[in-house]
Amino acid sequence: MTVIDPPAQVDPPVSPELETGARRAASRRGFLLGLPALLYLTVFFMVPLGIVVAYSFATRSRTGRTELRDWNLDAYARLGDDVVRTIAVRSLWIALATTLISLVLAYPLAYYMSTRTPTVRNILLVGVMLPFWSNFLVRTYAWRVLLDSDGLVSQATQAVGIGETRLLFTPTAVLIGLVYRYLPFMVLPLYAAIERIDWSLVEAARDLHASAWTAFRRVVWPLSLPGVIAGSILVFVPSFGAYVTPAILGGNKEGLLGSFIVSQFLSARNGPVGASLSVVVLSVMLVATLWYFRSGGRNL
Amino acid sequence: MKGVARSTTAPTGAARWWLTAHASLVYLFFYAPIVVLVLYSFNDSRIIGGWDGFTFRWYGEFAENRSVRDALAVSFRVALLSTAISVVLGTLSALSIERFRWRGRRLLDGVLYLPIIIPDVTMAVMLLVFFSEAADIIDRLPFIDLSSGLETLVISHVAFNISFVSVVVRARLANLDPSAEEAAADLYANRWQTFRRVTLPQIMPGVIGGALLAITLSLDDVVVSSFVQAIGSTPLPVFVFGLVRRGVSPLINAVSVFMLAASTGLVLVSLLVQRIRSSPGEPKELIP
Repeated sequence: MTVIDPPAQVDPPVSPELETGARRAASRRGFLLGLPALLYLTVFFMVPLGIVVAYSFATRSRTGRTELRDWNLDAYARLGDDVVRTIAVRSLWIALATTLISLVLAYPLAYYMSTRTPTVRNILLVGVMLPFWSNFLVRTYAWRVLLDSDGLVSQATQAVGIGETRLLFTPTAVLIGLVYRYLPFMVLPLYAAIERIDWSLVEAARDLHASAWTAFRRVVWPLSLPGVIAGSILVFVPSFGAYVTPAILGGNKEGLLGSFIVSQFLSARNGPVGASLSVVVLSVMLVATLWYFRSGGRNL
Repeated sequence: MKGVARSTTAPTGAARWWLTAHASLVYLFFYAPIVVLVLYSFNDSRIIGGWDGFTFRWYGEFAENRSVRDALAVSFRVALLSTAISVVLGTLSALSIERFRWRGRRLLDGVLYLPIIIPDVTMAVMLLVFFSEAADIIDRLPFIDLSSGLETLVISHVAFNISFVSVVVRARLANLDPSAEEAAADLYANRWQTFRRVTLPQIMPGVIGGALLAITLSLDDVVVSSFVQAIGSTPLPVFVFGLVRRGVSPLINAVSVFMLAASTGLVLVSLLVQRIRSSPGEPKELIP
């Protein structure tokens, strides 16, 4: 057995050629490891995305086929139509209301969670994570059962004496469903932001005779803003294009963007209009995300 | 120190009371609908309003229902296949982004983020259009037969699952101390040995957590699946979505509770696995 001498120098000087060689090798290895995912996502995500963008500039034939020629902006011009505008504005309102209600509900909860002891905090956190990941179709269906005219909510209001409530298939039902589905998306980033706050800053504010409210407004709130922004984006973007919740709780009586896009592809057979709306929804999402990263946000 | 700081700044008095009350109400909001649904699934009455006593009848009907069983089989097959593929691709991409500097790194990072943040309707429409435009080309590829319907589902689920696996594994990699890998290299382990004996065991909780997440997401997906499924291969959530749109029934209650239990169980296991941390400097792993 040969004994290997320990290296004479602790930190041997590396020649520049060797260093660039090593960097090149690492770069090649990184490329090879990333290549399968990159190829897959290019073929089955970026190309489909490209086709939808192409569709939005394409022509609709008389039979309802989308033909990739005679490129034009007609589909985007159609977005100015009253029907589309009404639906877009309605979706915007629903998404904004969902975001605002979620923020109002989530902020005190996140604050409460981050001021608990670590054990309690973890239990509370799992309590929010579970609905976050568990089947949302079923959770939305649960509200359908509750809001039915014979359901528990109606029975409760009758018992109290307010009378029968008919919430199912109203915008209120859709709003409840969306808040129910996306509330964890608001709680988690808020909690992450508030939990990181250095509480000695709050203490310093109190020492300088700030009231509890002032200390909150001038110290805690500004420091929690990244969480507020991240949570708002995470709630706003999916509720803007929501499809399943309005279909179950809204009965699709009041058209929203999600179901409108779907109907353009499946029943109205107007690919270009559906595609142009998808591109708009996608742009809203991209702008919101980029703005978030630009404003110094970390990972979503 | 943190505890001391908190004791003087934690809400007291009325504020504390309000915060506790509010938190309890929010958790009630989270869980009451689920509890009600579970109770109703054991209700002997066909009508939502009434309670005619406890029964397992609806679960029996669910177990005997042919279409539910077929849909369940489709769901499981798609979930397992898509998870297997996305775990490999997602883990490799996580290693590539977290451990190496290369030119396309930021591009891959960006492309991986998109499926996570894209609204599901947009993704569904994209894939629908893609499969209708590219069907001829894909059919000519070896091993893939689009007519069975399973392939389109698997392909689509992998497209969103890679990103989730990648995120979970990257979180694990980012918290790893690279010195163990360096030590292995110093001890003349080659790259493969280092990966196999040092890196992989350390990121395993992340890989398993990512896999469980991928299974959950695949089993839960409604929107993308309902657009890319072929006739005869309807996964369970799409089947249930179709029923739900027509109305409420005790059978749906039972199927729903089953789906909820499955996804909640998977999430709990996934959370547990990700919490397992290797204690600092595990010598057992390094010395064979």
